[in-house]
Amino acid sequence: MRFLDELREGLVIAWAAIRANKLRAGLTILGVVIGIVTVTLMGSAIQGIGTSFQRAVGQMGADVLYIVKFPPFEPQEWWKVRNRRDITLNYARAMERQATQIQMVVPETFTESSVKRNNRSASGVRIVGTTESNFLIRNFSTSKGRFFSSSEVDGGRPVCVLGADIADKFFKYEAPLGQKIWVAGIGYEVVGVMAASDKFLGMGSDNHVFIPITQFTARFVNQPDVTILVKVRDLEKIEDASEEVRGIMRKLRGLAPGKPDDFGIIHQDVFLKFFSRVGGSLAMAALFITGLSLFVGGIGIMNIMFVSVAERTREIGIRKAIGAKRRTILLQFLIEAAAICLIGGLIGLAIASSITLLMPKSLEARLSPGIVAIALGVSILTGVVSGFLPAWRAARMNPVDALRSE
Amino acid sequence: MSLIRLQNITRSYEMGAETVHALCGVTLDIQRGEYVALMGPSGSGKSTMMNLLGCLDTPSSGTFELNGSLVSKMDDNQLAEIRNREIGFVFQSFHLLPRSTALHNVELPLVYAGIPTEERRELAKASLRHVGLGDRMLHKPNELSGGQRQRVAIARALVNNPAIMLADEPTGNLDSRTGEEIMLLFDELHRKGNTIIVVTHEEDIARHARRIIRLRDGLVAADEKNVRSMPRAMAVS
Ligand SMILES: Nc1ncnc2c1ncn2[C@@H]1O[C@H](COP(=O)(O)OP(=O)(O)O)[C@@H](O)[C@H]1O
Ligand SMILES: [Mg+2]
Repeated sequence: MRFLDELREGLVIAWAAIRANKLRAGLTILGVVIGIVTVTLMGSAIQGIGTSFQRAVGQMGADVLYIVKFPPFEPQEWWKVRNRRDITLNYARAMERQATQIQMVVPETFTESSVKRNNRSASGVRIVGTTESNFLIRNFSTSKGRFFSSSEVDGGRPVCVLGADIADKFFKYEAPLGQKIWVAGIGYEVVGVMAASDKFLGMGSDNHVFIPITQFTARFVNQPDVTILVKVRDLEKIEDASEEVRGIMRKLRGLAPGKPDDFGIIHQDVFLKFFSRVGGSLAMAALFITGLSLFVGGIGIMNIMFVSVAERTREIGIRKAIGAKRRTILLQFLIEAAAICLIGGLIGLAIASSITLLMPKSLEARLSPGIVAIALGVSILTGVVSGFLPAWRAARMNPVDALRSE
Repeated sequence: MSLIRLQNITRSYEMGAETVHALCGVTLDIQRGEYVALMGPSGSGKSTMMNLLGCLDTPSSGTFELNGSLVSKMDDNQLAEIRNREIGFVFQSFHLLPRSTALHNVELPLVYAGIPTEERRELAKASLRHVGLGDRMLHKPNELSGGQRQRVAIARALVNNPAIMLADEPTGNLDSRTGEEIMLLFDELHRKGNTIIVVTHEEDIARHARRIIRLRDGLVAADEKNVRSMPRAMAVS
């Protein structure tokens, strides 16, 4: 009760003091605002990058293994691996026949080509050759039409499925289904359009054109280097499945025992681990920058509070004479410092939230309640920490001397 | 039991190498309900004495009992509590909080005493009415005349019903007519049973008190009843 009363009294005094010195308080608040804007933006950016990355990586599928020629994030000398043999389509067929712990095998390969229709054209479009199961394995969905069928793949039909952005570009005013689009001079009938995907670090499929792999080998690359996607039967036993796949690959490659693998089997965990490492150092850097800017803001607060205490020496004397204890005076000035910082924190949050609204959607930078709570907590803490010394000086003043001061 | 009992009180200040003896062994008793003027030339130790009596300061040696408790041995927090409960100050330069209304100024001692909001607002209003400022409660100090400010200070001093009202040159910043009005208010408060100690160097002011203690060089030079005040107080009542 008494504490709450003193708290309220402290708030009233703090508000009056801030209003009495608007310019000075404003300048000090600015320092805190900068600190809090940094905290929130850094926090939201890191969080946003994290979620987008996880979502994008999640599209790889938790139960899918990728057999590739060059696995990412593996520090190996380039000259040691550059002569590796391609991963061929034959491996995919062999894998399908031999492996027992997998339920689906999908080869996937790509090239870049220009795409034309009427007087529109786009160059450098990724043309992906794959089989019908790709869509099942990756949980892709179409917004219009359907994916190509197994008979279209087996028969090498000239059909295609467009990524969302490509479809938008070529079919702004008409329905794409049943229309033809020209890839490297060959006409493909559009049978479907993909739903828009997550665009993160270019990992989305919105700018891709999917065609049956049989078309790809017939028209573009006869013997392509492919990535083989393998969906395991039992997610719990993904390690076993991975070992089986590895064994089969070694046999197909004819690797003698003791020789290292000349291919990689990757899984989304590899990416997630990599990201948590990078994310960790990113967070440390952000913490440092934030800490620095808050430190500068804190020094400002300390300074203004020392001035405020000195200016109000007589007031402190009066309050002490009529019964304010040390604790009361200490609390009063701490509240004042915290209030200044809290105002700075709120302004900072407002600025940061409008900035995040302006940032590209794909960054997913949103102010989460957690970040808001942290920002407000940090601003109050800054006030309390940097206000402590001045408040302590005020609390310890001798009332006789304080009353005499002019 | 005396309200105030001072025994052999000394207070000295260290000024670099030399020591200034502001009080050199003061012994005196003041009873509940007394109206005392503390007089003496400049530098005689009046303010030092006032600070000790008001529990703003502690003596270098000697004992000071207030209302039965030994103030001379108290720490900072205990002194703050005693000041809050037992002392009401009226200063020469009013010492009101400039940004607060009269009402809030008067409420403040009750805030520190932990009195609930409703109750303290009522008490503060009653105290302001009591000094004749019922219609000025929401004015800030700079919207009030000197006499009115001193009345606010008096209302603040009395609001939590202290054992003593201590006034240091309460009319020093007022013109003589307003000063006289304030002193008439003191007389009235005394008649109602308040214990009042006024520090002053003006005989005109001291005339209102019933007992005059004169200090000289840190010692009590004279301590006598003020016979002259009697008929005047009678005449007023
Ligand atoms: N804070 C102080 N530091 C040093 N000397 C002081 C202090 N306060 C008072 N004195 C000295 O103590 C003596 C008494 O002062 P004071 O109590 O203020 O007398 P008065 O109020 O009667 O003029 C004076 O010599 C004064 O200079
Ligand atoms: Mg003096």
